[in-house]
Amino acid sequence: MSYQFDFHAVLDYAEVLKQGLLMTIRLTFIGTVAGVALGICGAWARTQGPAWIKPIVSAYVELIRNTPFLVQLFFIFFGLPGAGVQITELQAAILAMVINLGAYSTEIIRAGVAAIARGQIEAALSLSMTRLQVFRYIILRPALQKIWPALSSQIVIVMLGSSVCSQIAVEDLSFAANFIQSRNFRAFEAYFVTTLIYLAMAILLRQLLRYIGKRFIVHRPTASAVKPIVILSKGQA
Amino acid sequence: MISFSLWDILRNLLLALRWTVALSLMSFVLGGTLGLILLFMRNSRHAILRHCIRLYIEVFQGTPLLMQLFLVFFGLALFGLEVPAWLAASLALTLWSASFLAEIWRGCVDAIPCGQWEASSCLAMNRFQQMRHIILPQALRIAIAPTVGFGVQIIKGTAVTSIIGFVELSKAGTIITNATFEPFTVFGLVALMYFVLCWPLSKYSQFLERKFNVAHRH
Repeated sequence: MSYQFDFHAVLDYAEVLKQGLLMTIRLTFIGTVAGVALGICGAWARTQGPAWIKPIVSAYVELIRNTPFLVQLFFIFFGLPGAGVQITELQAAILAMVINLGAYSTEIIRAGVAAIARGQIEAALSLSMTRLQVFRYIILRPALQKIWPALSSQIVIVMLGSSVCSQIAVEDLSFAANFIQSRNFRAFEAYFVTTLIYLAMAILLRQLLRYIGKRFIVHRPTASAVKPIVILSKGQA
Repeated sequence: MISFSLWDILRNLLLALRWTVALSLMSFVLGGTLGLILLFMRNSRHAILRHCIRLYIEVFQGTPLLMQLFLVFFGLALFGLEVPAWLAASLALTLWSASFLAEIWRGCVDAIPCGQWEASSCLAMNRFQQMRHIILPQALRIAIAPTVGFGVQIIKGTAVTSIIGFVELSKAGTIITNATFEPFTVFGLVALMYFVLCWPLSKYSQFLERKFNVAHRH
């Protein structure tokens, strides 16, 4: 092999890489927050919601989980304008990520909700908690504790999957790699450096999610910090 | 101007679907074989070997499949090899799926009670015999459902190979869109075809999971 590696040629474009990295982080952040929120709504609708909404949510989950992200992205970006909806590439990428993660997290959170013992819910209802309170304190929080590792891996998968968004010209990290290799023809080096950045991001994101899980999800408030839920009966009020 | 009927679109997509299926099967079989080898190495007595395999799995699970494809595609070219897209695609998918399957199966092997290892070593079996005759037959039962489930991931993974120019279902969709200017119909059909491939597999995986879990249910 007579090929001379030249990583300096790639590092000259550090600014491009930085911009791409920021875009990937932005995509991942918005996609994760909105996607998990959608997943919580989906899990609620599928377990507690009215009967007519359940088959709709199931169909959405099955449809998204059984088609590739790339095709969903192309359908949204190329297909929707054909149906009369104008959309920019960034909006399309974010929409596709939210819809994608929404379906996966619906399924993951639903599994956690299904694992909650019925007696817990009945006990809470007999304490005259409202349905919203029951869902928030008795169902959602313990469910999230149970499925947090699975949800974390899915978030990492979505972050890695966002590399595909470069195909509709969203200027993320893999777009930066394409751009650099089209300038200096150092394809292998450009993709190698980018891959390393993705790897570092995946490891950091996993650590970050583990920290968030420990600090905010699994963490049980100490006795002094517990705020009693005061429910006034009609007579007292 | 040539006009395209729905049948023209459908027929060309179905022709391309063959390549998606072929690539999926190939990656599944080769990835499974490599995954099994990795599984043996992952459970070996040599710490260095175990760590190498862990690193391999970490790298392939921690980087996008798209980047792996590009690296294989351009990396092999550095050695002066003329790499056709299908070869780069199947090589990258094989390496990628091996890392996931090895990790899935490791979980199944770990789920086998420790006493099974101890009992078989009391019978003077060596490491390979233990795996072959005692652990793997029991792990297989637990492994089937998630393995079938991962088959769906592989089929969906093949869509990414369209980016390096392998003409499978997604690439065919892009090409046909460029000719017909009907992206809504074409990508709708493409998504439907993936769904028809993946959905039965997903359902089958869920069915297997329920079937094998019956013993644990009270």
